[in-house]
Amino acid sequence: MTTVPAVPLIRCVGLTKRFGALVANDAVNLTVRQGEIHALLGENGAGKSTLVKMLYGLLKPDGGTIEWLGQPVDLDAPEAARRLGIGMVFQHFSLFEEMTVLENIALGTAEARADATLAARVTEVARTYGLELDLARPVWTLSAGERQRIEIARCLLQEPKLIVLDEPTSVLTPQESENLFASLDKLRDRGAGILFISHKLEEVRRLCTAATILRGGKVVAEADPRQETAASLARLMVGEGVKDVRPGAGATSGTPMLVVDRLTVQPEISHGIPLRDVSLSVNAGEVVAIAGVAGNGQSELFAALSGEGGRIVRGTIHLGETDVTRMDIGARRKRGAAFVPEGRLGHATLPQRSLSDNITLSWHATEDVGGWFLSLERLKQAAGAIIRRFDVRGPNSDPRAAQLSGGNLQKYIVGREIERKPKLIIVDQPTWGVDARAAALIRQTLVDIARDGAAVLVITQDLDEAFEISDRIAVICGGTMHAPVASRSTDREAIGLLMTATHRAGEVA
Amino acid sequence: MGLMLVPRPHVSRLRGVLTPLAAFAVALAIAAVVLTAMGKSLVVAFQVYIAEPLTSAWGVQEVILKAVPLTLIAIGLIFAIRANRWNIGAEGQYVMGGLFGGAVAIATHGMGGFWVLPLMLIAGVAGGILYGLVPALLRNRFGISEILSSLMLVYVAELLLDYLVRGPWRDPRAFNFPKSVNFDAAATLQPFIEGGKLHWGVALAVLAVLAAVILLGRSLFGFAVAATGEAPRAANFAGFNEKLLTLQVFAISGGLAGLAGIVEVSANIGQLQPSISQGYGFTAIIVAFLGRLTPVGALLSAVVLSMLLIGSETAQIMLKLPFDMTRAFMGLLLLCVLAGEAMTRYRLVRRA
Amino acid sequence: MELIPLILTTIITAATPLVIAALGEHVVERAGVLNLGVEGMMIMGASLGFAGAVVLDSSLAGLMIGMAAGMAMAGVFALFALGLATNQVATGLAVTILGLGLAGLIGQSFVGMPRPPIGLVTIPLLADIPLIGPALFRQDIVVYLSVALILGVSFVLTRTRAGLILRGVGESHGSAHALGLPVLKVRLMAVLFGGLCAGLAGAYLSLVYTRFWSPGMTAGRGWIALALVVFAGGRVWRLVAGSYLFGAIMIAQLHAQAGAIGIPSQFLSMLPYLMTIAALVVLSLAGRRGVGAAGSLGQPFVPDR
Repeated sequence: MTTVPAVPLIRCVGLTKRFGALVANDAVNLTVRQGEIHALLGENGAGKSTLVKMLYGLLKPDGGTIEWLGQPVDLDAPEAARRLGIGMVFQHFSLFEEMTVLENIALGTAEARADATLAARVTEVARTYGLELDLARPVWTLSAGERQRIEIARCLLQEPKLIVLDEPTSVLTPQESENLFASLDKLRDRGAGILFISHKLEEVRRLCTAATILRGGKVVAEADPRQETAASLARLMVGEGVKDVRPGAGATSGTPMLVVDRLTVQPEISHGIPLRDVSLSVNAGEVVAIAGVAGNGQSELFAALSGEGGRIVRGTIHLGETDVTRMDIGARRKRGAAFVPEGRLGHATLPQRSLSDNITLSWHATEDVGGWFLSLERLKQAAGAIIRRFDVRGPNSDPRAAQLSGGNLQKYIVGREIERKPKLIIVDQPTWGVDARAAALIRQTLVDIARDGAAVLVITQDLDEAFEISDRIAVICGGTMHAPVASRSTDREAIGLLMTATHRAGEVA
Repeated sequence: MGLMLVPRPHVSRLRGVLTPLAAFAVALAIAAVVLTAMGKSLVVAFQVYIAEPLTSAWGVQEVILKAVPLTLIAIGLIFAIRANRWNIGAEGQYVMGGLFGGAVAIATHGMGGFWVLPLMLIAGVAGGILYGLVPALLRNRFGISEILSSLMLVYVAELLLDYLVRGPWRDPRAFNFPKSVNFDAAATLQPFIEGGKLHWGVALAVLAVLAAVILLGRSLFGFAVAATGEAPRAANFAGFNEKLLTLQVFAISGGLAGLAGIVEVSANIGQLQPSISQGYGFTAIIVAFLGRLTPVGALLSAVVLSMLLIGSETAQIMLKLPFDMTRAFMGLLLLCVLAGEAMTRYRLVRRA
Repeated sequence: MELIPLILTTIITAATPLVIAALGEHVVERAGVLNLGVEGMMIMGASLGFAGAVVLDSSLAGLMIGMAAGMAMAGVFALFALGLATNQVATGLAVTILGLGLAGLIGQSFVGMPRPPIGLVTIPLLADIPLIGPALFRQDIVVYLSVALILGVSFVLTRTRAGLILRGVGESHGSAHALGLPVLKVRLMAVLFGGLCAGLAGAYLSLVYTRFWSPGMTAGRGWIALALVVFAGGRVWRLVAGSYLFGAIMIAQLHAQAGAIGIPSQFLSMLPYLMTIAALVVLSLAGRRGVGAAGSLGQPFVPDR
């Protein structure tokens, strides 16, 4: 262990950022030292991303100062941050799908061409830090973990002194996360400082020696994660007032509402993942979760189950007794199914239309919205009921979808389907990017309708969520599905192993 | 540049109405500068383009009449463009409408009967629909851009018409002029009032506007059109069949353009000849945008652009301004309208 | 045997404006911008270039003026589509309509004036190769320029950092912007280059190919160039092959019309337009529908900082 120098690497004092009336960061103090892996904890919406964007020169603070190695600095652009030695790996990657790994790295590296010189540098860095990279592969064939390694390589080529990682493990399998931690340990040993943003407490406890906890834009605590329990950290992050989800009845023997039998689907979108021999059943009264990291066929499975897309080569889908394999989404809705896709704006809703107009999207097939001529009365009524029942908060009584926050919009979308009293509901990523309160409400809602007799299928990247609400868990990996097992009789380790695969997108036969 | 675009949180209704007016004013101002630089008299220009068409009985009727094809085509375009299907080739569907309807007129020449005219109109609409479905089918089946295919088909339609009026459909008694027989009375759209000029095409245009207002604003179909244009994935999620919708909007757009074609041919031209359009299909695109892709807006814009077109006919004589000047102005106007549209969505601010 | 070298030569001169205009638009689309104003930029090049050539009594000067005219129209397009993030399809149409009108205005005093041919450049020895020699090695300077353009564009796009950045901007302007790459600047450069090419192509039409100005003389070649870019699917060699194929079709059509084959001339005139559609159908049937287009093609870009 190297001796920790007296002057911290980076010190934020009273950093503040406002967006209109919203104070995203309120007088935040943060200190990261060299050779330290420092956690920045907080729920979705606590202000973590805003803070690090200011550290990277993407946003200008409205108040406060940033000191680098004791000197105040003005970070007005990412280039300034990079010159100081700050590197950042974002949660959302800046990649070019059709170009190769090497070209992608070149684009993120100043004055570099995708040539042998760069390739040599990249290979060197990859070797030093244990990153596996195939430079000639086009990005669209890569898994999320592999794509992240491109971002990490871009960052490491700059030889940064401070590396910021924003929710890096949200797209990784447990085993990929371990590989990442090994690389981070190496970086720390070489004297770099690491700022690790996460809301996953077990990882933070394993990896980090210091933590700053944000809630509602303010620093509420600083702690040493090694001295805390996950429960105490959670309380610090979330505060009081968010109830745990009351578990469901665990009934797994109702009539089968959804039966998928050896479904094999060719994707119709470019670079989609083919599905092979997917079999699954969901009974009335139970919650089944399909776990898996992004990019393993979840969207394709959802599209096949909803009838939105995908060419079904073999296999069948039954809703109750009815074979719906050849039916479109409207017909499936008529038979009692409801769908909540992953994309909120632009898929589940029209961003520029009001919440009442958006009711039409999924209701026109089954509910009374006025027939051929839409009844604005009826739509407004329905929207109002959803807004009240699901605590949807917005700038006015009938806002446009784009005006809502992620959590509120998701509550509306889920509520819109629940109000149709479906017999089966399929939800893709129910609480991705949603704040803790809304997430709890959504999860409780799903558990509750299962108790009332509906069949609930949840596709999720969040293993904790899967274990929290489901009666059975299945795993999707590379377009194939492992049979569901009872949630109580398995654990994260076992599921994590099933999520790992040596599949390569594009090589599936 | 030291400026950047910042999205506006919402667009006030007032801004929505004022913007096209402002755009038109800017375009006029630029045109005035150019005219002055060319040594033309602004006073005469005002008289020719604005005063005359609006103050004389003859002028007003001409303006309304020329607004008829512009309105019909623009209404159809609104359906298509709102659904993000760019039917740039409406001109071709207009020609085909005139051609199909004209074929009926030629075939029934001398027969007379009240059924001739409705049959012509139906044939014109049918011709426009069929021709409009071609780019739609090419898009659905082969993924070909409807912009390219509909545009290529404009040239094809014009060449076909040219061939027909110079060849098989040429009036043998026309001294080798390339034109068909003159349509007889049964094949001509009659004026409302004996001796007046306004014909039933005006009623058709108004009907089209009303139907569009209801369909686009209140019907499930109108919602499907809007959804397809705003977010195709959401439209798919709603169960709106994308390919069917493509066919539907092209049928509407083609049909209305075809109707405009036969109305013009029957009421104003009275025969088939190599040129039966003054570029109405393209001018209608500008009408649609100036009207902010709304039916009533399109109607008002059609009147304005009709004034422009009428004025330009006189201007060729009084100001020695060739039609190209008007064409250039239309391009300028569209640019100003688009800029105005951008300004409703964004503000220009100094980069911090 | 005189006929074949002559036909080959005319095919090349017919194809050259298509190649040049299509290459320019190819670069523009690789950067993610859809510029439908090619027809307008081309005819402005034809008109202003011709006018300039008459006034200065130099066709070479006219060609340069044509390039400048194309660039100016492209600048107008860029101001709106890039500067104000207007809808690219409508903006391109507006520029085409504007260009058609302006070109007619400028050209009206020059209708009917002929221009003398510009000199041919002969490459010794190679030009004596039987059959193909004269067609390939005794051409005007613009033809050689077009070859240089083909090679140059290919090289820059695939081998240089500038080309890498341009392709990145076209593939995903969001990612490019996040990486600090100058999206709008790159697109502006590309659009201006496209305008330069379209203007040169147009000036070539009026100064070399026909040596006359007549209104509407581009006759939709700008649209055909756009179709050629689609047909190319991101590959320069396919663009070139398609351009020469079209050149051949146009020459065949002329010969058929002159030769009184029995098909009415209007149907022969339809050939290039119908072939454009046919080529795109074939492309789709060959399974290459939509492949090769830049990821963010046609989407307006508004930077958030």
